[in-house]
Amino acid sequence: MTTEARPDVVPAPFAAPSTDESGWKRRHLLDLDDFSVEELDLVMRTTDTMKEVLSREIPRVPALRGTTVVTLFYENSTRTRTSFELAGKVLGADVINIAASSSSVSKGESLVDTVKTLQAVGADVLIMRHNRSGGPYLAARTAQCSVVNAGDGLHAHPTQALLDLYTMRGALGDVRGRKVVIVGDLLHSRVARSNAWALTAMGADVVLCAPPTLAPARLGEALEDRLPPVRVETNLDRAIVDADVVMALRMQHERMQGGYVPGAREYSRLYQVNTERLARANPGALVMHPGPMNEGVEISHDVAHGLQSRVEEQVTNGVAVRMAVLWLITRTGTKQARAAAKGAL
Amino acid sequence: MSNVIMSRDDIRRAVTRIAHEIVENNRGAQDLVLIGMRTRGVPLASRIARAIHEFEAEEIPVGTLDVGLYRDDLTERGPSVSIQPSDLPEIAGKRVVLVDDVLYTGRTVRAALDALIDYGRPGRIQLAVLVDRGHRELPIRADFVGKNIPTSHADDVQVRFEEIDDEDSVRVAAAEEAGVSR
Repeated sequence: MTTEARPDVVPAPFAAPSTDESGWKRRHLLDLDDFSVEELDLVMRTTDTMKEVLSREIPRVPALRGTTVVTLFYENSTRTRTSFELAGKVLGADVINIAASSSSVSKGESLVDTVKTLQAVGADVLIMRHNRSGGPYLAARTAQCSVVNAGDGLHAHPTQALLDLYTMRGALGDVRGRKVVIVGDLLHSRVARSNAWALTAMGADVVLCAPPTLAPARLGEALEDRLPPVRVETNLDRAIVDADVVMALRMQHERMQGGYVPGAREYSRLYQVNTERLARANPGALVMHPGPMNEGVEISHDVAHGLQSRVEEQVTNGVAVRMAVLWLITRTGTKQARAAAKGAL
Repeated sequence: MSNVIMSRDDIRRAVTRIAHEIVENNRGAQDLVLIGMRTRGVPLASRIARAIHEFEAEEIPVGTLDVGLYRDDLTERGPSVSIQPSDLPEIAGKRVVLVDDVLYTGRTVRAALDALIDYGRPGRIQLAVLVDRGHRELPIRADFVGKNIPTSHADDVQVRFEEIDDEDSVRVAAAEEAGVSR
């Protein structure tokens, strides 16, 4: 990032930094259902800064030095856990990874006790993935430390939605008025739910698409209470017309065996994002997928790796977004803030 | 009531003098890089670069530096969440002049030195400020100073630049008006 601003040209944005008029007060990140546009904007702007840090030869800053970040995963995950770990390390935090299967959890320790133990040994931020919806909420209620939801059951996956929003804004500028089609297993998708909140808050036209057996009957209504409604479609060929973004969700093997759909071949015949279907979307529409992909099922190989695919960029942006989240939630109520308040730094 | 310590013309003269001192001190303008520290170091750096350009016919690369990720003094302005990307030209082996509006405790400059060194190894780092108000908490001094202003901890020094604030001035507000507790 080397821009040689000429002396006769006024360089860089002179705008005074928008000093916290977003009123950021969050200590936890549990979902995006109550995020304001200003808060989402602040996360996006902070992510820009983190991207700059990641572009350096040695991406390492001391912003979270002395902060301990613990990842506690009750479910398997590679990319989410790794990108949180990397995000913490780039910011100078100490990162400890705990897989529930190899901890006292497997000996029957309760969630609340595990959280208390981790806190007692000095965790400042707890990154948690739980197979039950609401797990991180329970942790946040008992914990003194910050809690970040890294995916809970069928409920929410806020950092995924933030990185998706960041990726879309990077390519489209603004998502307001853009048509975003999310297709796949909506019934079991925390990614779709968190995305719906963030995207509708930012004014996107969100269309959710799934086979009738995997489309929650009242998904549109449930969101309508507080936000512009999302539309639910069961026909992808119709839903995809004029889309600016097409996001395919992972079709899990156990769902295909669980009687929700007749089988992988039937599903892909009607719901696979492939070249033929993509041609019905707007030219240059972005193709996204939260990963890991089942190529040949919910997305065809050529589309997954084609020119319109942003899948790799999503992964790269994931680290920057999670850095932004770690930075923002540690501005209040954590070790640094408490120490600073005492003048101990 | 806040007192105007430097007027528009005072600031213009100080910038011109600093520009000359920088060139004199570095025996020319080659390999010079000016780095403005956000927020008000940025317009100051480009003004100094423009002034140098007028008498040296050299175009000095100007960068901007945000030290938010390097600070240790969160109390100074409250725990700020706002950070912006830095944008630096090549600094390895260069004569870097850090530019800020006010030098006070020295902690921001300390953070800036850490940040700069993360970007590369400058041949030399110097510091230029418009106002030195004293009260250093670290062994840091400025190489180029527009004006030394004796202050008490409770005073508030307000630098305004046209590019940001629609006027050029330096004011000192005494404690009670400033409404700040330092």
